[in-house]
Amino acid sequence: MSEVTSNLVSPQLDAPVVGRRLWRRVLGNPVGFVTVLLLVLIVAFGVLAPWLAPNDPNLARLELTNAGPFSTDFWLGGDNTGRDILSRLMFATRGTLVAILVVLVVSSLLGGTAGLIAGYFGGRLDDAADWISNVLLALPGIVLLIVLYTVIGPNILLAMAVYGVLISPSYFRLVRSLVQSIRHELYIDAAKVAGLSDRRIVARHVLRAVRGPIIVHSAFVLASAIAVQAALEFLGLGDPTDPSWGRMLQDAFNNIFVNRVAVVWPVLLIGATTLSLVMLGNVIRDALQASASRPTALSPAVVRRLRAEQVSEAEPRSEAGQSDRLPLLRVCDLAIGYPDSTTTVKPVVHGVDLVVERGEIHGLVGESGSGKSQVALSILGILPPEAVILRGAIEFHGEDLLADPRRMREVRGRRIAYVPQEPLSNLDPTFTVGQQLTYGLRAVKDVSRREARQQLLELLDRVGIRNPARVFDLYPHQVSGGMAQRVLIAGALAGDPELIIADEPTTALDVTVQADVLELLRNLQQERELGMVIVTHNFGVVADLCDRVSVMQSGRIVESRSARDLFASPEHEYTRMLLNSSLDGAELRTPLAVGSGA
Amino acid sequence: MNASAGGSASGTPLLSLQDVQVSYPTRGFRSPPLTVLDGISLDICEHETVGLVGESGSGKTTLGRALLGLAPVTGGRVVFGGRDISTLSRAERRRTAKDLQVVFQDPYSSLNPAMTIEDILTEPLLARGEKGGRDIVRRLLDQVHLPQDAGRRLAREFSGGQRQRIAIARALVLDPKLVVCDEPTSALDMSTQARILTLFKEIQETTGVAYLFITHDLAVVRAISHRIAVLLQGKIVELGSAAQVTGDPQHPYTQRLLMAAPVADPVAQRERRVERQRLLERQAERPSEVVDTPR
Amino acid sequence: MLMFIGRKLAAGLVLFIAVTFVTFLLVFSNGEESVRNNLGELATEDQIAQRVNELNLDQPVLVQYVKWLGSLLTGSLGRSFNSGETVTSILATRIPVTLSIIFLALLVTSVLSIAVGVVSAVKGGWVDRSLQFLAGGAAALPSFLVAIALTFLFAIALPIFPATGYVPFGEDPGRWATSLVLPIAALVIHMVANSAQQFRGAMVDALKQDYIRTLRSRGVPERAVVLRHALRNAAAPGLTILSVQTIGLVGGAVLIEQIFALPGVGQFTIRAAIAGDLPSVMGVVVFGTLLVLVVNILADVVNAWINPRVRLS
Repeated sequence: MSEVTSNLVSPQLDAPVVGRRLWRRVLGNPVGFVTVLLLVLIVAFGVLAPWLAPNDPNLARLELTNAGPFSTDFWLGGDNTGRDILSRLMFATRGTLVAILVVLVVSSLLGGTAGLIAGYFGGRLDDAADWISNVLLALPGIVLLIVLYTVIGPNILLAMAVYGVLISPSYFRLVRSLVQSIRHELYIDAAKVAGLSDRRIVARHVLRAVRGPIIVHSAFVLASAIAVQAALEFLGLGDPTDPSWGRMLQDAFNNIFVNRVAVVWPVLLIGATTLSLVMLGNVIRDALQASASRPTALSPAVVRRLRAEQVSEAEPRSEAGQSDRLPLLRVCDLAIGYPDSTTTVKPVVHGVDLVVERGEIHGLVGESGSGKSQVALSILGILPPEAVILRGAIEFHGEDLLADPRRMREVRGRRIAYVPQEPLSNLDPTFTVGQQLTYGLRAVKDVSRREARQQLLELLDRVGIRNPARVFDLYPHQVSGGMAQRVLIAGALAGDPELIIADEPTTALDVTVQADVLELLRNLQQERELGMVIVTHNFGVVADLCDRVSVMQSGRIVESRSARDLFASPEHEYTRMLLNSSLDGAELRTPLAVGSGA
Repeated sequence: MNASAGGSASGTPLLSLQDVQVSYPTRGFRSPPLTVLDGISLDICEHETVGLVGESGSGKTTLGRALLGLAPVTGGRVVFGGRDISTLSRAERRRTAKDLQVVFQDPYSSLNPAMTIEDILTEPLLARGEKGGRDIVRRLLDQVHLPQDAGRRLAREFSGGQRQRIAIARALVLDPKLVVCDEPTSALDMSTQARILTLFKEIQETTGVAYLFITHDLAVVRAISHRIAVLLQGKIVELGSAAQVTGDPQHPYTQRLLMAAPVADPVAQRERRVERQRLLERQAERPSEVVDTPR
Repeated sequence: MLMFIGRKLAAGLVLFIAVTFVTFLLVFSNGEESVRNNLGELATEDQIAQRVNELNLDQPVLVQYVKWLGSLLTGSLGRSFNSGETVTSILATRIPVTLSIIFLALLVTSVLSIAVGVVSAVKGGWVDRSLQFLAGGAAALPSFLVAIALTFLFAIALPIFPATGYVPFGEDPGRWATSLVLPIAALVIHMVANSAQQFRGAMVDALKQDYIRTLRSRGVPERAVVLRHALRNAAAPGLTILSVQTIGLVGGAVLIEQIFALPGVGQFTIRAAIAGDLPSVMGVVVFGTLLVLVVNILADVVNAWINPRVRLS
């Protein structure tokens, strides 16, 4: 039963694809088609046994004892007492079908209902149900079933019903965790506010979402039920008069030195059935999740081909010869794409040019999906693994980092640093603040542990943390968002960088904290003459901090000028539209006339 | 502070919060309950938008949820349409559903991704046993400026701004008197935010619905509200007309909040920065006057 | 931390009592009938009455349970119906066999599934896909089926390993090892397939976290990012998987012992169950439950040690 329970560790919850579309998708998959076909054949093989079986399963013809396959009246040969293996297999299949159906019905009804109720209503009921499920889960299932033989005797259906109870916690946990996560969805709250009763909410919203995962899980439960039934029969705990897969396996196994081939048939049948069920379960699971299709990295060959096909959108570089001093950072004609199939990409950044001088704060503004964060992350070489840089160059002091991944690694953390958006999710929850800062510092500087601690405490003090020694030993979940962001800034400064890439560094913070962090960034920048790229959607932040601004729209920079000019006289239509959306100067609403509403 | 001190709340208010408290029991033996909101008094009239502004942990979302019956009111009264709705059972409350609706912050989680827009929009009607006709759906879609054929598509096919329009349409199905708007624009892009705010105002002018508009963004609340309440650590520290609260804030916290928000203009922002520094120094000199609690 | 361990031990004790109580209730619900079956048709009514009396079977089940629990505290599990030996002494000879199977299988499974999970998650591409495909197949096959297939291939068709039998470690370590290769392989193939898949998922999730990107941005070498940070964060789900696997392993061991004729607890369980040997059956339940509890508590403690949020809350 291990595969049943271990599948519970991470229940997936995506927008469900349901009904006919799902089945079309499953049958469209070659593995899905083959397994469904096999399972249909096996079911037919069992259900039709009384009509199709060539012989009585218990008829013994002594002359055919241990007969080989295909040579006699018994197509698959005879067993150790001269019975027809094929006919016995057919009747055994029938028995297995009934047995696993018992398991399925008992476990899904019991566990599913309990999970639904416990998950939706929570509270004491939930605690109690959860405890019972934990007790059941801690029971070694097969051992208990064997033990129960002393009480119930060779009654396989009753044993399977007990097994159904024993694995009902797997349904319980699955359904409960699904329901719990749905219960916190706002659409459930909206339905409550709209006045829907609990029964209606469960029927409309909850059942819909748990249906898919239950089907998937049932495939695994059926497979495990087959294994358990076969195991019990194999141990001789079933009814000896009924043919069963496990019993046939036992007979054949005990007789293996006399008739090897007889072992093959039950092994094949049990193996094929459980394999088909589990594979089918996996195919259905993939089909359910296909709506949220996971991007997978393209093969290197495809990436090479895509890069070769690129056509530059950049204008010829005119200013290159003019200045003899190299800028701190120059991004040239950078294009980035994400796979949308196994051979093609969807470009999200189309040929971006960007220059950052020493000691300059450069704002990269745009709305969601404009590609601004992609540009920022590519400067550090920390794009997600599936992202493809299609073309372009990222020159740091005139040296192209894209051309040399080793150089990129050397520069990262030492000369270019990163300040992320979400403070708390950017600290590893399993290490103290001090530990992870120390690892970072010692990765880029050759200092002893003690020196590292000293330097970091000074830095933490510098970024405005009041009691650095205490914060050093705290775990991330023990610090506030504002403090975590200061820790991350300290982490970025640890390697004494010349350039900082800050991706929406204040978006997740409260306004009052944001003001302090902006102040800190400005002071640090002046102190250390840092170059900075600030990615943001907030023109207030840009106005506060930036010397130059580049406005991005759908993967392109549409306007790039000094901050003062841009705000005073925006040239591009899109920039004007964005600036006009700002609510700073918005008209106040006329106060309501006294009593007008009454 | 008396609610009527803020100005326009004379006449019979549509909604009246009287000394509302929300607290949750905490786990553990004898540990005291966690009080999220305390002593909240606030009136909202018909046609009126009252903005509720506060930072994370101030309890602003909890206040909205308490109004809607999604968080427990452990003290005080919530008088809506002349009766106390804080003590009603779930079943009794369902009748107030017609008049009290909601638009949530997250347009992704607030619409069931697997349902069609038509199903989503007619859900409130279903609860009342009424049949949801295509006509109603079409009228609503029109009201929030979405194409007529949107009804048969799934929620997940729409962008954030469009989803928020759908959520607004759902709130309007039953012609409510009050809509609680819980950060309805903070997950949206700036340009989308501006358009959605305009939509909110437009709907208010045609239907006379009242809003409790909850947000962390002072600029947003200034643009949409008639009156503004400032929430700090579960208490209202300032309540007044939008012009007064954003033009001449009285409470030190409101002053800080106002000065903290950067302006989208480098010159004005430089001045504001200096002003903020001055304010912080002033407040630091006289800490006794600027305790962060209600006066 | 001590508080944490104390709480886990207390919870474990409650669970132990609950589990043994439920099984006791089931097993002893019809004690007299079991005695009749056990003694066979030749037993006289007197013999049956004497045995019933001896085992307190005529008393209410609750009383029987309390008495049983009392004697358990003194270290006694009663005497086997069949052989008359004390159950503890029988178990003492059999537990080493079963524990060596379980312990070795668990060890090999942990090492292999971490290795496969990490490689699969980090490498991605065709390595990941083929490992996942193999694991998907292997996970579907019950371990006793694998055991039979392995016996067929490596003991009968190609006689490399012994098909059955057990040699104690003290007698001949070499032959001890060869006698355990097939049984453990059969258990491990099934378990690794399962837990490697799960562990890969946990690693993939961990590697997607924001802090991984931030660590990379600080110049932390990729090795350390994967092995120190991602692996540690994937450990919590990994431990859950292993403790669930252990429960399945106890059941799997019973079958494996039967197939390979290993004189462990599993084989003893089946004999006791078929014979209706109630005290032995309860002894096995105690052993199984304790084993599961110990592994679970160990997993919880390791998890708390790794994960400060668990420890400090």
